[in-house]
Amino acid sequence: MTRAETSTKSRGVEVAKPWILLSPSLVILFCFMVLPMTIMGAFTLFLYVDIGVDAPDLGLRNWNVFFTDPYYHYAVWKTARVALITTVVCVVVGYVPAYVIATTRSRHRWLLMLLLLLPFWISFVIRTMSWIHVLGAHGAVNTFLMWIGLIDAPLEMLYTEGAVIMGLVHFLMPFAILNIFVSIESSDRSLVAVARTLGATPVGAFFSVTLPLSMPGVATGALLVFVLSAGSYVTPIILGGPDDFLFGNLIFETIMTQLNWPMGSTLAIALALILGGIIMIYSRYFGLERLTKGLT
Amino acid sequence: MTRYPTTNYLEDLRQRYKDGDIDRRSFLRSVGMAGLSVGIVGLPGTSLAKEKVDEIKYHSWGGVVQEAMRRTGIASFEDATGVKVVEGTFGLEEEVLAKARAGQPGDYNIINSAGNSWYKRWMDAGFGVKLNLDNIPNAKNVMPALMQPFWDITPDGLSALPFSYGNTGIAYNKKFISEEQALEQREGLLINPDLADKISGHNDFQTRMWVAALQSGQNPNNIEDLDAVWAKIRENRSLVKKYWGSGAESIELLASGEVYASDIWSGRATSLIERDPDFGYVDYSKGYCWCSDLLVLKGSPVEVCEEFLNFILDTDVMIATAEAQLYPPSVDPTKVELTDKIRSFPNFDPTGTLEQFAFSDPFYWTKHEKDWKPKYARIEKGF
Repeated sequence: MTRAETSTKSRGVEVAKPWILLSPSLVILFCFMVLPMTIMGAFTLFLYVDIGVDAPDLGLRNWNVFFTDPYYHYAVWKTARVALITTVVCVVVGYVPAYVIATTRSRHRWLLMLLLLLPFWISFVIRTMSWIHVLGAHGAVNTFLMWIGLIDAPLEMLYTEGAVIMGLVHFLMPFAILNIFVSIESSDRSLVAVARTLGATPVGAFFSVTLPLSMPGVATGALLVFVLSAGSYVTPIILGGPDDFLFGNLIFETIMTQLNWPMGSTLAIALALILGGIIMIYSRYFGLERLTKGLT
Repeated sequence: MTRYPTTNYLEDLRQRYKDGDIDRRSFLRSVGMAGLSVGIVGLPGTSLAKEKVDEIKYHSWGGVVQEAMRRTGIASFEDATGVKVVEGTFGLEEEVLAKARAGQPGDYNIINSAGNSWYKRWMDAGFGVKLNLDNIPNAKNVMPALMQPFWDITPDGLSALPFSYGNTGIAYNKKFISEEQALEQREGLLINPDLADKISGHNDFQTRMWVAALQSGQNPNNIEDLDAVWAKIRENRSLVKKYWGSGAESIELLASGEVYASDIWSGRATSLIERDPDFGYVDYSKGYCWCSDLLVLKGSPVEVCEEFLNFILDTDVMIATAEAQLYPPSVDPTKVELTDKIRSFPNFDPTGTLEQFAFSDPFYWTKHEKDWKPKYARIEKGF
């Protein structure tokens, strides 16, 4: 074997090595993401015949319904609105604990981190249902307000959009806090000291140094919260009233109760495309690598 | 095919044990011998062993009903036959149908199904078998009135046997709604504007349409003015605080004081009233009765499933599960002695004819389900 042949072969091995190492992940991705999505994509073209019965009479009728039926457009709008409000609340409220944890000099910082992660040890459904006993007519808040004489009759808080947003915030806030925390902690804290020596007030130093440096974490946290809340459907079922549904509820209902898989698949693919589009916009301006940074 | 100890033999054995003719040790020895005979005919290498059934799958709604069945009928069945019952639960029967369609015959053996409309759906989907009722002697105790709708759907043979029955009616809080008002208005309570935001209802298209048909003065099994039904559903929706999706949720909404009136399943109403006598229960003006049944699906080992059904339809098992789930059993009370507790359930029919109750027509409702279900889903969301 000549030196040139040996060199070519070793180059080939070098090129193949990453793919070989990646192959288990690629197989898993193919089997559990690409394949199911492809099947669902194909189902969107099927004809719904009857409850649980469909036929491979291919056509774009389901997509046509999705694009022309205001019922679905309203659900998209409503979902975007709820997800946006949830995102803003999570980021704004979550910034404070993230800042405190990142900047504290306490030797008990680990405890604060633990408290942040503690809710993940409890089932999401249980955590969501706990709000029934907080916001209900005889829940903790109403009982307290009536006990101190602030109100005469219980406030209607449960089974409202507010309750749904509260449940989503409760579930998703840690995702925002963790991302913002990582961003603040990895920033150069000496820049704050520099700003202070140049005459900035503590508030001024925060707005001119800390906040801009933490914006990538804010954006990453916001993206995660938005995507997860937009895809949620359990929270509205538990905490929402008749008006409070998200796009995920339509997908669940279409597939699970109407057994209309072609339309359900269309809705699911549509939601994936919408959220994928949002992630692409994020990637264009911030870069997706910040997502992984925020999670590590 | 594997021969199992005959049902009659085991029944005789159990009856003799209960009557005190044989002691516990003799009873267990005899059951053991019966089990051994099953083992012998199923030895490796015999043609019978090749078809030996080691387990069957039973899927139900879970909760107290399944626990009671496990303690009584399922345990006896396993002891007597050596066949293990693998239990599973589900939340929506639609989910089981979808999985059964996507899977292989035999993925599901026996399910606790929700009455004759669902029976028709399963049969239309080709999942039926023909049970040999001679292998299920306890089936003779089941009320003919409950069996007939199933015979109407599959005249050549049954694939299911009714297990219990119940009604959907209205539970109300007596602190805010008097018994007189409840009896006078019945389903009208659910469109009473004085109860705005204090009303709940089942988020099931058939229940909502049934109630709306009654509210608009129509026969729910032959709706002539569909627009009037949709209008009544919209009227009800404008007053509803929350639609419920499970029996537990309906109780929670009423017991927590979030709502004062709601649709409720009669067994759940019994449970609620037992806990808090401030609640009452009334039927809709023409009632709304349904039954649950044990459905054997295509691809199952039918003879073993028949044996299983016979154990579950045993009077003792029926009484135990009825008292646990608070719904009357499907057995004819004129033939079988039932307990005082069961006789005190709301909607218990001592005549065994069920003539006072209205059932949904499975042919009518399944014919329209495809169109009405999505339409209702939109209205429920205010669209």
